[in-house]
Amino acid sequence: MSALTFTPSGIYCPAGDFYIDPWRPVSRALITHGHADHARSGMGAYLATDIAAPVMRHRLGEIALDTAAYGEVRQIGGARVSFHPAGHVPGSAQIRVEVAGEVWVASGDYKIVDDGLSTPFEPVKCHHFITESTFGLPVFRWPDQAEVARQINDWWAQCAAAGKVAFLGCYALGKAQRLLTMLDPAIGPILTHAAIEHTNRIMRTQGIDLPETVLANADLNPKDHPGALVLAPPSALGSAWARKFGVQETGFASGWMALRGIRRRRAGDRGFVISDHADWPGLLSAISETGAENIYVTHGYTDIFARYLTEQGWNAQVLKTEFGTDTEEDAA
Amino acid sequence: MKRFAGLFNAIDQSTKTTVKVAALAEYFHEATEQDRIWTIAIFSGRRPKRAVTTTRLREWAAEVAGIPLWLFEDAYPIVGDLAETIALVLPPAETVSDHGLSYWIDMLRALPQVEEDARKQAVLDAWNSLDPTQRFLFNKLITGGFRIGVSQKLMTRALARATGRDEPEMAHRLMGDWDPAQVTWQALIEAEDPAANASRPYPFYLAYALDAAPDDLGPPVAWQAEWKWDGIRGQLIVRAGEHYVWSRGEELMTDRFPELARARDFIPDGTVLDGELLAWGDMAPQNFNALQKRIGRKTVPRKLLQEAPVILYAYDLLEWQGEDLRHNPLADRRAILEDLCMGLPPDAPVKLSPTIDFDSWVALADIRTAAREAQAEGLMLKRKISPYLTGRKKGDWWKWKLDPLTIDAVMIYAQSGHGRRANLFTDFTFAVWNGNDLVPFTKAYSGLTDAEFRQITAWVKKNTLERFGPVRSVTPHHVFEIAFEGIQASPRHKSGVALRFPRMARWRQDKPVQEANSLADLNEMLEIYG
Repeated sequence: MSALTFTPSGIYCPAGDFYIDPWRPVSRALITHGHADHARSGMGAYLATDIAAPVMRHRLGEIALDTAAYGEVRQIGGARVSFHPAGHVPGSAQIRVEVAGEVWVASGDYKIVDDGLSTPFEPVKCHHFITESTFGLPVFRWPDQAEVARQINDWWAQCAAAGKVAFLGCYALGKAQRLLTMLDPAIGPILTHAAIEHTNRIMRTQGIDLPETVLANADLNPKDHPGALVLAPPSALGSAWARKFGVQETGFASGWMALRGIRRRRAGDRGFVISDHADWPGLLSAISETGAENIYVTHGYTDIFARYLTEQGWNAQVLKTEFGTDTEEDAA
Repeated sequence: MKRFAGLFNAIDQSTKTTVKVAALAEYFHEATEQDRIWTIAIFSGRRPKRAVTTTRLREWAAEVAGIPLWLFEDAYPIVGDLAETIALVLPPAETVSDHGLSYWIDMLRALPQVEEDARKQAVLDAWNSLDPTQRFLFNKLITGGFRIGVSQKLMTRALARATGRDEPEMAHRLMGDWDPAQVTWQALIEAEDPAANASRPYPFYLAYALDAAPDDLGPPVAWQAEWKWDGIRGQLIVRAGEHYVWSRGEELMTDRFPELARARDFIPDGTVLDGELLAWGDMAPQNFNALQKRIGRKTVPRKLLQEAPVILYAYDLLEWQGEDLRHNPLADRRAILEDLCMGLPPDAPVKLSPTIDFDSWVALADIRTAAREAQAEGLMLKRKISPYLTGRKKGDWWKWKLDPLTIDAVMIYAQSGHGRRANLFTDFTFAVWNGNDLVPFTKAYSGLTDAEFRQITAWVKKNTLERFGPVRSVTPHHVFEIAFEGIQASPRHKSGVALRFPRMARWRQDKPVQEANSLADLNEMLEIYG
């Protein structure tokens, strides 16, 4: 029997009787990170990293949640389990499962570069590696984060100088906070949509250092905040709420902005290439460093990526999962 | 190239016309003369002769990127643009270049004269010295198809602003058969004799569609009605003993339609006619299918010349005795045109497109219903006092087309779109029932909103049955109302029919798949309208 198996409810460990990021309700779930397609409601018991826990509680409400620190080893039935940094968002983990000397790593979502906010990705040696492939095509190669920060700040400063509000669309958990650390507060005030500010508050309470932000609720008068940049989830761009800020330009921060067609369709005025997923070189280096021979490719360009890995000598196969929903695709 | 890339970014990052015009006007102030001319050429669809095949480009790009060719080919439909796919897969450039746009164009123009090895090295060196945006533009210079949100009209406006000249004059100057490698800025933009080039056509005046009955247009007596022909809009120029045929797409088509050469025997120098290029039957136009056989053929076999002889069905006179008539009222232009055509022999390749008499809008609406029998798509309404304007303008000219034919069909294949629609499923194949089988009969890729395309894309991803490269077969589930302008028998298609201008009129989410139309329904339409 394998240490991990694949069932209609999700990735399952028979020796420990638990699931990893299951998409159907099960009695015990280990969660790689708090995004909605990985941390779903309805599980009997949850186990996640201590850093991921506060956001999960906020999103999932009253849940039975146990936590573990990175590197801490837990024995669950016949399985030795530990969480290791995935670098995707604060608290995100690769889950290492060892049963009778066979080591599996389910990596959830991950990126290799240090974003200055999340605990940086750590390669974990294993025999079997489960990898995402959201950007598993050779056309994806991320620019340097400092360069993207410069582009965003330049754009913001231009908007401010022209008397326009800079509206920046991004995912509320992870991407928004990463952007906050990249923004130059000297340009002007940073306003946030409620969905983002909730997550900010939770992370500040955890001791994560974020610049000062102002919650843009119904009482806020945009005129009191000239030269502002507003961080908002993509769904809020162009909404009635957004329109009350007056003359504005909209930008969108996502790995998908690397493709001109998508940029023109989705970005409004500007698209900034910044992703919390690994790019093509990142996926390949992560896979190499695990030393694994068996690769299971989940959400993304699965068929293409698995075929390439097979040609390069890995024993790769596609895994059908329910990770990678449309909302996530928007914000990746 | 840096300045041109800056212009491209400014245009690409904005959807606002004013911003684009300003960026272009600034560029036309600052760039070198050669760069300016090539920029005009590129944005008006002229590009250097292709120096390298796209097959070679793909192979070289995959090789430099260190990836197998199949991987490149799989990535291409996802990116949706070849030039961009190449720019993205290549490793970062190792050197920097300060050369301008025309340097690279001259380099590409010289390539056909060198051996393939040298050609390859030149392209690889270019890739290795340009940043991703410049690389994308460099590739576009080779592959062509510069659709980057700059219409000719927009560029004309920017040029007019940068040079302080009239927009219509500028439009006229940019038309015609000029060669960016030969022409000077002085000759193209500034020289005082705009008629120096005898081949130069006038910009076409285009009509807007009338979506309701024309009752609001005022008294019928102020209007001229004609059939709206289903051919190619064309301009016939006879000047200085030569003749030139232009399509509305600004393509010089003189050689495609050799029968029009005889117009020189009957039509005096200094004449420009606007009309429809049509395949002519004995007494009346043939359908579009007949003309279709002629389009795209540079040399025409004798048999086809006899079966589908092309004429210009003239409906306007833009120049007469060397004088530009466009400011004169339509009624006056028409009077001269009628005199001119009256004197033509029956076998002349120019005929007068008749006007339609009517005394009320109701009566005209009645006449319109017979358009298909007349091989027309509907009616044209033109105000009798109207001048001949430039481009699409509201007010004086209207097209009043027939309502399209429609059929309810089942989506069975989906393919992602290109460019702005990359990564969205937008190109669909539709089928009708034949017993228990679904027979594909048409493709369509327009008519839905972006929101609907996103919705159907999410559905396609979840309901894919099989993948054939970029094409996916999907569960037969969704019914769409397909609108089209005509139907023809076509032995090349499995269904036996070919549609004209098919598009998605509506997504029939209310309709179960069993209630889509059948092949018998299509055949019945073929009987009536084919």
